[in-house]
Amino acid sequence: MGLKFPSAESFVTSRLDEVINWSRKFSLFQYPFVTACCGMEFMAVYGPHYDGARFGSEIPRFSPRQADLLFVVGTVNHKMAPILKRVYEQMAEPKWVIAFGACASSGGFYQNYSTVPGIDRILPVDVFIAGCPPRPEAVLDGIIQLQKQIQDKDSGPSGFSGINPRQTKEELLLSRE
Amino acid sequence: MELILDILLNPVVIALLKIVVIVLVFVAATGTVMTLMERKWMSAVQDRIGPNRANIPFLRDFRGRGALHMAADGLKSIFKEDTVPEGVDLVIFTIAPFFGFISAVVIWAVIPFAAPIGDFTFQITDVNIGILLVFAVTSLGIYGTVLAGWSSNNKFALLGAARGTSQMLSYEIFLGLSLVGVFMVNGSVQVSILVANQNTYWFGDVIPKWGLFTQPLAFVMFFTAMLAEAKRLPFDAPEGESEIIAGYFMEYSGMRYAAFMLAEYIAMVGIAALVTTLFLGGYHVPWLHAEGFQIFGWFMAVPVWLVSALQILAFVGKIIFFCWLIIMVRWTIPRFRFDQIMELGWKKLLPLSLANIVLTALVLLAVDNWNL
Ligand code: SF4
Repeated sequence: MGLKFPSAESFVTSRLDEVINWSRKFSLFQYPFVTACCGMEFMAVYGPHYDGARFGSEIPRFSPRQADLLFVVGTVNHKMAPILKRVYEQMAEPKWVIAFGACASSGGFYQNYSTVPGIDRILPVDVFIAGCPPRPEAVLDGIIQLQKQIQDKDSGPSGFSGINPRQTKEELLLSRE
Repeated sequence: MELILDILLNPVVIALLKIVVIVLVFVAATGTVMTLMERKWMSAVQDRIGPNRANIPFLRDFRGRGALHMAADGLKSIFKEDTVPEGVDLVIFTIAPFFGFISAVVIWAVIPFAAPIGDFTFQITDVNIGILLVFAVTSLGIYGTVLAGWSSNNKFALLGAARGTSQMLSYEIFLGLSLVGVFMVNGSVQVSILVANQNTYWFGDVIPKWGLFTQPLAFVMFFTAMLAEAKRLPFDAPEGESEIIAGYFMEYSGMRYAAFMLAEYIAMVGIAALVTTLFLGGYHVPWLHAEGFQIFGWFMAVPVWLVSALQILAFVGKIIFFCWLIIMVRWTIPRFRFDQIMELGWKKLLPLSLANIVLTALVLLAVDNWNL
């Protein structure tokens, strides 16, 4: 009587979105773009002790068409940057990016002419994982955070996949400038 | 009422029902489950836990030991972008994944699940060319590889297709040759006869004449050749991350890619079924005859329906065992280099399969002559 129900249509679509996002977050096929020493820690994450496979993110697909999650692991220099960007562009939507370690996130201690100071200069990054190299626990936390982001996001296709849901597109563009 | 019964008992309808039950229910389900079991068993080999986080939040976080990851993978593939790169031959690009599917599924047309009861067979069709049909159809799978690589407009895909084709073509040769010994022993290529012959016994009724015991060499060679045919590791030359990336299906995304993967797993179950049928007595439970168990003169009667049920169970159990074996082979044996694959095929397995034929002929001759 006093209650107001959401219309059946919106109920169905929001449930569908939830289900789709649920499937996406538990099936993150990764593309490991491993360039430097962080790779060792990356291997540890998917090795026996820490077992990133528990989150359903262990299957590596080295064809960008089949990958959902781009792991940028290690230092990216200016010569490598166009290749990284091209790999990202070739990935099929929806896609997410994790910047793994200090170098990928900000350039790390390489304050020089050759290193890209953070891959967010060229790609939209969803999760930054701090550390040089990050501890495997930090990486697992990053994966869980990404899963939360995916669950909260609308599942529609977007040019900026995996942006912070609390940030509008304009805000994001501004922050990139 | 009579009309309905007439329609239901029509052989065509019965065959269709069998196709639905065997292919759609059993094969598709096992293939899908194997995608998860591969990940779980691999984790067990590597001392990990494996995927287990997918849950249903409103069912008290039901997880089912990771079974839901299967559903997540499938759903995600459906809702993933379907990329079609520039310069693709769209028709061929679209039909290529189905060739693998067809060749993996048609195997099941001749596989019996249990001994026939009267006129009713637990087998879609019992054609007299039996295994030859299987050979004819599995070689269709090569077209899937070639066409996918060719139509993708990608150098790496083309190279992967070339590698896949040369591997599959060369292993096709002694895939056939390795079974000649089996045909000689049984004097037939019809599957029902091959299976029935394996339920005869040596030494009274102690050791069943399974293909594994009559043709041990053929068993090893056939299993190896089948692995290579299905492009399973250690024979996965068509894929190679460091050289040709994902090989012939690297331009496929979303559901098209999932179709390739699913076809691979269905083919794996098909191999398991074929090896079981030819070498492990098919549906036979050892010492279980049509009337009941019989060993060392001891006899226990078993009702007909229970015999069939036991046989189906045994058959499925053997299939699962072989699927497990195939996955374990993948995760314990290192990958072969391309030239090693060719060497193993042409220099080792081919002479061995020819020798097996000669040896079988000699033994058969001796048995015939001296009534051994
Ligand atoms: S963050 Fe540290 S460990 Fe990682 S790539 Fe950079 S320098 Fe190496």
